[in-house]
Amino acid sequence: MKVSIYRYNPETDREPYMQDYEVDIAGKDLMVLDVLALIKDRDSSLTYRRSCREGVCGSDGMNINGKNGLACITPLSEVAPGVLEGKKPLVVRPLPGLPVIRDLAVDMTMFYNQYEKVKPYLINETPAPAIERLQTPEDRAKIDGLYECILCACCSTSCPSFWWNPEKFLGPAALLQSYRFLADSRDQATTERLGHLDDPFSLFRCRGIMNCVSVCPKGLNPTRAIGHIRSMLLERAV
Amino acid sequence: MSIRTVTFDAVIVGGGGAGMRASLQLAQSGFKTALISKVFPTRSHTVSAQGGITCAIASSDPNDDWRWHMYDTVKGSDYIGDQDAVEYMCSVGPEAVFELEHMGLPFSRTEEGRIYQRPFGGQSKNYGEGGQAARTCAAADRTGHALLHTLYQQNVKHNTQFYSEWLAVELVQNAQGQVCGVIALCIETGEVVFFKSKATVFATGGAGRIYASTTNALINTGDGMGMALRAGVPAQDIEMWQFHPTGIYGAGTLVTEGCRGEGGYLINKDGERFMERYAPNAKDLAGRDVVARSMMMEILDGRGCGPNGDHVLLKLDHLGEEVLHSRLPGICELSKTFAHVDPVKAPVPVVPTCHYMMGGIPANIHGQALRLSGGHDGDDQIIDGLFAVGEVACVSVHGANRLGGNSLLDLVVFGRAAGLHIEDALRQGMTQAEPSSDDVDKAMARMRRWNDSDKGDSVTDLRKELQQTMQNHFGVFRKGDLMAEGVKKLADLRERIAGAHLTDKSNAFNTARVEALELDNLLEVAEATAIAAVGRTESRGAHSRYDFPDRDDENWLCHSIYDPLTKQLGKRAVNFAPKTVETFQPKVRTY
Repeated sequence: MKVSIYRYNPETDREPYMQDYEVDIAGKDLMVLDVLALIKDRDSSLTYRRSCREGVCGSDGMNINGKNGLACITPLSEVAPGVLEGKKPLVVRPLPGLPVIRDLAVDMTMFYNQYEKVKPYLINETPAPAIERLQTPEDRAKIDGLYECILCACCSTSCPSFWWNPEKFLGPAALLQSYRFLADSRDQATTERLGHLDDPFSLFRCRGIMNCVSVCPKGLNPTRAIGHIRSMLLERAV
Repeated sequence: MSIRTVTFDAVIVGGGGAGMRASLQLAQSGFKTALISKVFPTRSHTVSAQGGITCAIASSDPNDDWRWHMYDTVKGSDYIGDQDAVEYMCSVGPEAVFELEHMGLPFSRTEEGRIYQRPFGGQSKNYGEGGQAARTCAAADRTGHALLHTLYQQNVKHNTQFYSEWLAVELVQNAQGQVCGVIALCIETGEVVFFKSKATVFATGGAGRIYASTTNALINTGDGMGMALRAGVPAQDIEMWQFHPTGIYGAGTLVTEGCRGEGGYLINKDGERFMERYAPNAKDLAGRDVVARSMMMEILDGRGCGPNGDHVLLKLDHLGEEVLHSRLPGICELSKTFAHVDPVKAPVPVVPTCHYMMGGIPANIHGQALRLSGGHDGDDQIIDGLFAVGEVACVSVHGANRLGGNSLLDLVVFGRAAGLHIEDALRQGMTQAEPSSDDVDKAMARMRRWNDSDKGDSVTDLRKELQQTMQNHFGVFRKGDLMAEGVKKLADLRERIAGAHLTDKSNAFNTARVEALELDNLLEVAEATAIAAVGRTESRGAHSRYDFPDRDDENWLCHSIYDPLTKQLGKRAVNFAPKTVETFQPKVRTY
């Protein structure tokens, strides 16, 4: 099959280019990450991040035939019709909107900065009991679909609002985290958290495009979380 | 060659559960601490832990007792777990787990609002007399993810100084054998820096990638153990590798023991629940070594499944969609992705897969690394400045076989203990061991070797050969002559790796260089494993030999100590003196 990969080495390349490889996959429905590994076996200069290779560490977010996803859990058959059969090339690019360090490895500093801005940790100033803090299964269920985020950045880097304002708009990943703590019955910083979001950019630049939902490899729904925060802000205002 | 030096009170190498628990302790104490991690911390392998963290918090059973947990752990270790260390882990455990909950870890809950606990293998009530216990605290089947992210969040809160995507390359040791810090490579820029530090804490995890088939992340290349061995630090019980019963056939990805804890069971090609024959009481929840061996026996006896009869099946569909989706959602995803099977409808093909390194750097309960006077047969000596916690350490709480759910507990209990100890030592004026410029230069040798290489075999080819050698010669069942052949192949590989070629010499995010440096570490761990496996002439826990099928308490109720300088195997006494309970005497181990 034909694979086309975005290449850029800051030490030798003036500008990025697409490099084509011919890869023998023996008809197997490999994961995209496996295909990259086959290429790296013969061209060790190809650069990408990977760790768990099972979709839980979030290292290998990349743009695959136009859609962001994790290479390790994206089988060729799901990339686009015809890719597995070799009728269409597999096209791999770095996550859009972030500076490229080399090939498929992007500089995620901006993404992590936005994450840190939402105070992504439980705030509870009451002295802790000798055992755990109690939480009903119903209250615990409220953070399902929120805590599972793996910080792969597939969502934020697919979001046009984040592309335009990566420093002012927090982006779907950070906002999902924010709501993860707002929705946690053990957290006491609701007022403070909402206060930090109540400006024209941090949250309200979300235009409900929902690219984040369509690309999230964990099936999470940042748009819905953002909607919940909007409602909380609205309630607070009246 | 002079390089930039940065100075810290403590440098932690590794951003998994153990490293981040240690760094959190030190960040809170205000000492100047750095955490070096070759990946962004939440990409560390702790994230893949699924089933939970075992601890007697008395939620599922209000009468649960940490001493019962201790009994199970000692028995599980096949009696070479150090009883003072196991006692410490099991008794301090509840405090450490409650702390995690207070930090925000989203544990699953019981109707009473307490932390949900599920049954895991090798667990009992009342010292094996009271039936199956449910002692593993869980956040669905994503406990490692929940734990790692919670610890990262707390480190963000407490302003830990992270060096993410920096690879530690070599220990810097002075002529007195004191550890002065580490050399590390910034992956993004290629810069090499000396991190000079009063305390150097290895929390570098395991090395499952020495095997061709493993549940471990691609990053688990034994970097800490490799650096330690090159610096002359011994490896303890390094022949002890856990093969997890349920790696997904073909892919190697893990499905949690929690599947069997929730009521799933293994079947052979006749649909028989075969564990009833091997472990009549605990059945599918016997120790992992026992279950893995039983599966291999079924396969070798011709009762395996599939066209090649080379795996068995994990049956889960009888648990029902609701239980599977609420308790094991991650497993449902993984099975569909990697086995193309929906566990709600069909059983999952599984095979024993390399999972965990019980051995490691010998350490005490404060995380202080140890060497033996005289190399491999003398008294314990504390190595000044070096600490080891988590999978790279061998305290030893796991002995010859780790119980499921005990690794996450190990991480937080000993990450915390090392942090507390270092904090205390720094307060009391712990000093910086000074290296000479030659000492630093010596630690740069390996970087230079790769950078100067201009011919030789490719890193990828050598790595694959090494992994296949370990897979073929040091698997679930072992045999003296087959292992001796493996040792020879590794000796040959050592020569070829010493002359291997790094083709890409660029600086910016050079992952080829990272993989070359990792290969050196894989080799060190593989060779130590091989020589120790040949040397331990008995079967105990995960180490099972055709030629020595019985446990030999007379000669081997002890740790093995591999001395990398002489490649000799020595022995070190196991601790049988817990402080608050009576010694658990070795018994025949049945489930």
